Amino acid sequence: MSLIYNEDQQQLLDSARDYLAARSPVSAQRALRDQGVAQGFDSGVWQGMVELGWSAVAFAEEQGGLDFGFAGYAPIFEQIGQHLSAAPLLSSVVLCGSLIEQLASAEQQQALLPQLISGAQRYALALDEHDRHQPDKCTLQAVAEGDGYRLDGSKCWVADGVEADGWLVVARLPDGLRGVFVVPAGTAGVSVAPRRMIDARNMAALSLQQVELPAEALLNSGDTEAALERALDRGRACLAAELLGICDRLLDTTVEYLKTRVQFDAPIGSFQALQHRAARLYVQQQLARNAVMAAFEALDREQGDIAERRRLVALAKWKANQAAQLISNEAVQMHGGIGVTDELDIGLYLKRVRVAQAQLGRSDLMAARYAAQRLAR
Amino acid sequence: MNELDAFRAETRAWLEANCPASMRTPMPSDEMVWGGSTVQFNSEDQRLWFERMREKGWFCPDWPTEYGGAGLDVRRQAILDQEMRRLHCRPPQINLGIWMLGPVLLEYASEEQKQRFLPPMARGEVRWCQGFSEPNAGSDLASLRTSAVLDGDHYVINGTKIWTSYGNKSDWMYALVRTGPMVPKQQGISLIVLDMHSPGVSVSPIDLISGKSSFCQVFFDNVRVPADQLIGEVNDGWKLGKALLQHERRAMSRFSESALPTHFDLDEYLTRCLPSPEGAAELALQQRAIRCLMDEECYSLGNRRMVDAVSARQDVSGLMAISKLVHTEQERDKFELLLELLGNAALGWDGDGFAARDLELTNSWLMSFAQTIAGGSSEVQLNVIAKRVLGLPDAK
Repeated sequence: MSLIYNEDQQQLLDSARDYLAARSPVSAQRALRDQGVAQGFDSGVWQGMVELGWSAVAFAEEQGGLDFGFAGYAPIFEQIGQHLSAAPLLSSVVLCGSLIEQLASAEQQQALLPQLISGAQRYALALDEHDRHQPDKCTLQAVAEGDGYRLDGSKCWVADGVEADGWLVVARLPDGLRGVFVVPAGTAGVSVAPRRMIDARNMAALSLQQVELPAEALLNSGDTEAALERALDRGRACLAAELLGICDRLLDTTVEYLKTRVQFDAPIGSFQALQHRAARLYVQQQLARNAVMAAFEALDREQGDIAERRRLVALAKWKANQAAQLISNEAVQMHGGIGVTDELDIGLYLKRVRVAQAQLGRSDLMAARYAAQRLAR
Repeated sequence: MNELDAFRAETRAWLEANCPASMRTPMPSDEMVWGGSTVQFNSEDQRLWFERMREKGWFCPDWPTEYGGAGLDVRRQAILDQEMRRLHCRPPQINLGIWMLGPVLLEYASEEQKQRFLPPMARGEVRWCQGFSEPNAGSDLASLRTSAVLDGDHYVINGTKIWTSYGNKSDWMYALVRTGPMVPKQQGISLIVLDMHSPGVSVSPIDLISGKSSFCQVFFDNVRVPADQLIGEVNDGWKLGKALLQHERRAMSRFSESALPTHFDLDEYLTRCLPSPEGAAELALQQRAIRCLMDEECYSLGNRRMVDAVSARQDVSGLMAISKLVHTEQERDKFELLLELLGNAALGWDGDGFAARDLELTNSWLMSFAQTIAGGSSEVQLNVIAKRVLGLPDAK
């Protein structure tokens, strides 16, 4: 793979663009918000994504996947960003799917993966316990009881946690290490509280009180810490690609506005002060694309250097966070008064940017991860 | 892919066998080799490395073989670059003719001119300087006034050029001159090449805030230049000049390469000056430095993306347009950080108590201000991006 899309990726990009433009334009996302749809996405649109193979892209053929490689997600998430399309692809397939793929036994995989790939069921990852993503902090206790475990504690900011068919819950095992548990919806002692976010997507808090689970609920056929980190890095790269797609759309929209909006008898885009600011947005967008492409390239040759993957994924999420913050703020400012109205789509993008920035790691955390790799050399 | 792998293996083996060990070390500025009629070597290794690279045609690896190049495609050229960087090979010579004028001659010069000027350039026998800027033109380059008037089979040149790097040490100059005074300013300009030893040429160096500099002002007093040294069509020089400036931007971003004395590795200074940061101030400084390193890596990944895109025949004009701006601004930011990391040790001018390399750093910091102005200021670069890449309208 290189730092530009190959033919297959380009085809995925084109097909994702066509599909989302037809089935999930920004107006559809706006309607979901206005109707207050609890799960935050359109099941029909999600099923269509499954039929296009998006949930199968990175899985091996023997698991029912397309064996395309993880790089297929770069163009898909870029287009999800462009169209602002909500779907449980990140939560269920990228995050939970990656954990199941790495940590589940053959039987557990058989029970979970086909359901997940077919979209018949969707899972959400219950990891965070703090308002800022601090993935290594975990106090939710798993106590050994009889042949199984009892879980007690709570999780917050579970993306797509509302109306999920189940959750993968990260808990502290009796030996002090972390474990990943499969907790199906309807398990006694589990309660879900929706959190209404600025991006109107699906977010939940999860409370687990004396939740009894059989031993088979624990996914422990691999190195949990390594698997968690890898799954989160995959998720971070997807979010970076989504943010990049948002940057592209916001920049295009803003440049178009600068060309057409007339003030002082001239298109405002002819004013040098605005031209230079717009040019700097383009620079940041291009730098972000460099980093995102490099992160996916590193993820696709994962047999290689884990340190390289960590470094480049942290770089991509950091740069995409930074670029999206700048471009979304400037998009509002350059649109002037109309930029702060709900009528314009820019506000919807701005709000999604802030949530995606925070998800799986704000810029400071990404810079710290990057530093740990760079300075260790 | 196999052929490329084979080329990589051959290249690596050749460099390992032919690049002397002393040419794989960081290069102090007094050990830069400048191609030209009076090329000087400080050591036998410098001479060997120069001659071996010359014989391979690797002074200009991408040029056709008939003009002294090695005929490498973009992939192979990138491999050669990578392998040289991997071994920390010094550039065998610095040569503005090859980096900037050569590609323009290849595209626009007559066959006769190519035969005459390219092979000596490719052998590193001529040192070239650039005569574009003028004292009152600045970023408005097209308003230049140095005139070339046809008199028989010669042009007679009068006027002055400024910011001519190494004008005092160069053999030849490529200059933009006004050949059509009565037409709109971009339409009356031509590109001409001339011998710096011609009667009527005089040169005086310019001191900068960094001290003595390579920049000069050049004066022309009825300098007679044979008419067949005009490149391309008369009054069509603006197009050639713009093409040349694109190559200049690329050449300027080459000045970051780690083998050059102007390159300072922030990682290295971070490890040296903040080995184990303590307290809020040191941690804050380290965090700023990390962000600087991250931006630098985002930029250099763009160079890789550009190679991939060129190989796939994709349009890279957008990436090229941001390259000079991003690189020179990042370098300036990096020097500001290096200054903070080194403290007062980076604020020495000369004399005892300062490491030579640190004095060089101070000098490079002061020069970094020139880099965001020379070769088209950052503001000119932003204009180019706004107008040519984003298509924003001209002011009325």
